[in-house]
Amino acid sequence: MLRLVKSAPPPLALRLDNISLCRGGRMVVDSLDLDVPAQGITAIMGPNGAGKSLSLRIMAGLVAPDRGACRHDFTGKQDIALVFQKPVLLRRTVRANLAHALALYGVPRARRKVRIAELLEFGRLGPIADSPARALSGGEQQRVAMVRALAAKPKLLLLDEPTASLDPQATDAIETLIRDTAAKGAAVVIVTHDRGQATRLADHVRFMHKGTLVEAAPASDFMLAQKSPEAQAYLAGKLLL
Amino acid sequence: MQGFGDAFAAAFALIVGFDADLMEIVLLSLRVTLSAVALACIIGFPLGAALAVGRFPFRTTLTVLINALMGLPPVVVGLGVYLMLSRAGPFGALGLLYTPTAMIIAQTILVTPIVAALTRQIVADLDTEYHETLRSMGAGRAARIGTLLWDGRFALMTAALAGLGRALAEVGAVMIVGGNIDHVTRVMTTAIALETSKGELAVALGLGIILMILSIVINALLMGARSASERAAYA
Repeated sequence: MLRLVKSAPPPLALRLDNISLCRGGRMVVDSLDLDVPAQGITAIMGPNGAGKSLSLRIMAGLVAPDRGACRHDFTGKQDIALVFQKPVLLRRTVRANLAHALALYGVPRARRKVRIAELLEFGRLGPIADSPARALSGGEQQRVAMVRALAAKPKLLLLDEPTASLDPQATDAIETLIRDTAAKGAAVVIVTHDRGQATRLADHVRFMHKGTLVEAAPASDFMLAQKSPEAQAYLAGKLLL
Repeated sequence: MQGFGDAFAAAFALIVGFDADLMEIVLLSLRVTLSAVALACIIGFPLGAALAVGRFPFRTTLTVLINALMGLPPVVVGLGVYLMLSRAGPFGALGLLYTPTAMIIAQTILVTPIVAALTRQIVADLDTEYHETLRSMGAGRAARIGTLLWDGRFALMTAALAGLGRALAEVGAVMIVGGNIDHVTRVMTTAIALETSKGELAVALGLGIILMILSIVINALLMGARSASERAAYA
């Protein structure tokens, strides 16, 4: 006879605990409880203005919440890395951008050359290593930004709509990098509006609306059947007001 | 008084013949001006960047002051430096009055606010773009300033160029603290003023032409460097 045993909750990389944030007299994040599993790719979905990007910035420590706490066990400043929707690269070559990041992360000068070579290979950036970073295409710039974020081998990688406005080829290249990063053991959080992307990449989905978490589920379950009417309406392509 | 035609002809003869006195004045002018601009950049770049990025008491007051000092009258600076370096002044014992060093000090004081104020604006604009990215990478304030100054290096050329223009054209301050002493502190602008008052238009014109050429060449070189950097997407 099969005996059902309640499984232990998966280990967490990070947890937002009752976070609230008020901006311009409006509650943009409201009593948000959101956890990020330590393994796999977590997609945060939701309509514009749901507070997804702000939540990501709170996780990265760029924005301090008015209330609540961001809990994790990371100790190094380089353990959490963030990639923005619009990458901001320095006015230098790709190689110099990576060298700058490694210097900031405190990697000794003697080890930087080897690490840069590893990063260029990982991001398939070898042919453009000595090109001015800001002269590259949008997709290439985003790849550089991602690889730069990985320079210090972060344990948690946060991605804010990294493929917005990219063509399918560039999107595919970024998604490959995301999968490779997760495969190396880092927890990845991606904010996305793209249901297809969440289906392709995510192991877990967190659905937000009006600054709060509406639904949290394994990605496969979420894509098959959403429990909340907000998520159902969103995935049906309806406007959530 | 010579005719204009004669004066121009004599001026060109002095320039083409590399007249020793003329060259001495030109070289001293370059030494004083470039030294002053270099010192102003060494002080003004980090000062401007700190005003753009730093958060400290009286930052706004200091910014207003630096902006106001951009229009500092050269004769007032000359007078101030003169009082400091004269025998009765606090630095009189150094014996710097009527030396090129005094002229460099005066011009540095004149140029530093220009470099600092323009640097503040350039770095503030760049910081708006880089701020979140650098913070997400854990950059401290010093690292941020270093990054912004390096990435703004081609735009900062404009700040240095503005300072150079001010220093090259300046006459009041260097006249007061240098004394326009022949073979010691005579520079192009003070020599032009003196020779014109004496009616020696050839020398004055020759120096004026060299001053213009220098200004155009330096501007063209820096603009060329900036354009090249923009084409390479570094600026």
